[in-house]
Amino acid sequence: MIALASLLSGLVFGLGLIVSGMANPAKVLGFMDLAGHWDPSLAFVMAGAIAVGSVAFLAARRRSMSLLGAAMRLPSSREIDRRLVVGSVVFGVGWGIAGLCPGPGLVALGMGEAKALVFVLAMLAGMGIFELIERRGRQS
Amino acid sequence: MSIDWNHFTPLAALAGGALIGLAAAMFVLLNGRIAGISGVLGGLLRPSKCDIGWRAAFLLGLVGAPSLYLLFAVLPRPQIDAGYGTLVLAGLLVGLGTRYGSGCTSGHGVCGLSRLSPRSFVATISFMGAGFATVFVVRHLLGI
Repeated sequence: MIALASLLSGLVFGLGLIVSGMANPAKVLGFMDLAGHWDPSLAFVMAGAIAVGSVAFLAARRRSMSLLGAAMRLPSSREIDRRLVVGSVVFGVGWGIAGLCPGPGLVALGMGEAKALVFVLAMLAGMGIFELIERRGRQS
Repeated sequence: MSIDWNHFTPLAALAGGALIGLAAAMFVLLNGRIAGISGVLGGLLRPSKCDIGWRAAFLLGLVGAPSLYLLFAVLPRPQIDAGYGTLVLAGLLVGLGTRYGSGCTSGHGVCGLSRLSPRSFVATISFMGAGFATVFVVRHLLGI
């Protein structure tokens, strides 16, 4: 059941990325180009997502178990550290040079785009490098 | 700055955003987890955990969404202007950065802001700011 719910969530998420225009890097870059010919659409994507999401998270916070009986695992860390900021800035630079973040990369891959495959493989490599560095850090 | 009215699609953006919010809502209410795409994907690279099933299912849904969309409408083709070298660099930075920063546009941007997480607020400001700055440098300073 959990796997089925995950599959459905992924499908709806992907449909949302396509409908909203987020899956199109040219549109994402048009939103980030404040100094050029600015397309404000993606602010509306965030507004729509947060409007629906905030209701769900209000409900989720009051529960200790999910509707399917899984433990509610919401992040509890409140620490704002260098990792959070530096990591996010590195992500933002990568996002800004190609217009792809992880979700749209996977959706564009599902559209059969060869360029998306290259992006996703490089992203997996980046995540793999992170795992290797973390593992080495834990051993020493 | 001038507004690009020709490409401005507020209704589609709102509707698509609502679908993304619905997906995040389903994921947390049914599975009890944050629908953070970089976290779901990155977690697959830690083979010690026995949670491969739901992770793979969620990612399969994302990759399969265009096929589902195709049943109802003509699929819009994404316009990826970046060259292959740029895409490799972008992918490496996105992979490394999202894992170090514990999240991406979905986990921090959508879910984190929805639950008023201060960490996610800082992360979102950081990656959005870096994204805006990068596009400014690339398009207006380097002129690429």
